[in-house]
Amino acid sequence: MANIERPLSPHLQIYKPQITMVTSITHRITGIAMAVGTLLLAWWLIAAATGPEAFATVSAFITSWFGRLVMFGFSWALFYHLCNGIRHLFWDAGKGFELPTMRKSGMAAIIGSVVLTLLTWVIAYGMGA
Amino acid sequence: MVELALPKKSKVGTGKTHPKPEGATNLKTFNVYRWSPDDGENPHIDTYYVNLDDCGPMILDGLIKIKNEIDPGLTFRRSCREGICGSCAMNINGTNTLACTKGMSEVDGDINIYPLPHQPVVKDLVPDLTNFYAQYASIKPWMQTQTPPPPDRERLQSKEDRAKLDGLYECILCACCSTSCPSYWWNSDRFLGPAILLQAYRWLADSRDEFTGERLDNLEDPFRLYRCHTIMNCANTCPKGLNPAKAIAEIKKMMVERQG
Repeated sequence: MANIERPLSPHLQIYKPQITMVTSITHRITGIAMAVGTLLLAWWLIAAATGPEAFATVSAFITSWFGRLVMFGFSWALFYHLCNGIRHLFWDAGKGFELPTMRKSGMAAIIGSVVLTLLTWVIAYGMGA
Repeated sequence: MVELALPKKSKVGTGKTHPKPEGATNLKTFNVYRWSPDDGENPHIDTYYVNLDDCGPMILDGLIKIKNEIDPGLTFRRSCREGICGSCAMNINGTNTLACTKGMSEVDGDINIYPLPHQPVVKDLVPDLTNFYAQYASIKPWMQTQTPPPPDRERLQSKEDRAKLDGLYECILCACCSTSCPSYWWNSDRFLGPAILLQAYRWLADSRDEFTGERLDNLEDPFRLYRCHTIMNCANTCPKGLNPAKAIAEIKKMMVERQG
């Protein structure tokens, strides 16, 4: 018995994705994404302290189409992490665990994060960024 | 440890398709995970066709029919066939549940059956739950007291105190929730998992138990309790409609409250 190499039963490969599971893993992914995004922020600040030429280089990158795409993703990650973080605060207080509430609050976090991100970018472009 | 892919010897291949029963028109397709320790092969999926006109309504009825009439080698656990023993817990179409309380009509299309996820497989649909039971024992799932019981009667409990155990005592330890939990998949060596933590809370919440402090001490650990990240697969999958995540949150609250 003990010498047999037993297989591990399938897990992620077969488990059905559910909204609560997806919002949870997205919370972690956006957390990591923000840590990476913070490096970008640090690069920008260091460049600002270094001098006009360095700042211009970073500025050119951030305002390029690729830079804007990264910033768009960064801002969504921030708002998603914020919205879902509010759910975590309620859970820490022992509230909101009923399954219908869970699904609704999950949808609210997703929709809220998208709305806040779009709003931010509409305002930013409105201000002439 | 997080390992997203299956080990090489655990990868699932395609297996045998058994012939359709003759003359049957109302067929249901069962795709079932098979693995035998005897042949040294990788796990694979066998396909069976069950005649619904000549079969009970539940998925367990279908499995028993396959075992009786098509493939006597098919191995699975079952006992009470009414959702109280927890033996026939398995993964059916992506979520864990009891085969005896899940109706075949609840599943559109094929029925895909795997053993409970991320467990060592003994054979076919039978997982090795040794670790799960050892973890259960570790929380001392019995009433612990220091004061002697009243000489002339049992330890009594008010109706209100008894009501605190509702939603906890119904757990049948089928392991559906624990094996649905990604945190438990990656850290089952140290994280107790939803079922065991719900059981732990069942004793923390019992007004007659006098070892609340010791029980909390035992759970005060980065892994045993705090690997729960409120992923909620446990409550979504519980065939008894319980909410282990809520019980875990209550334990976390007790941890904070006792710090004063």
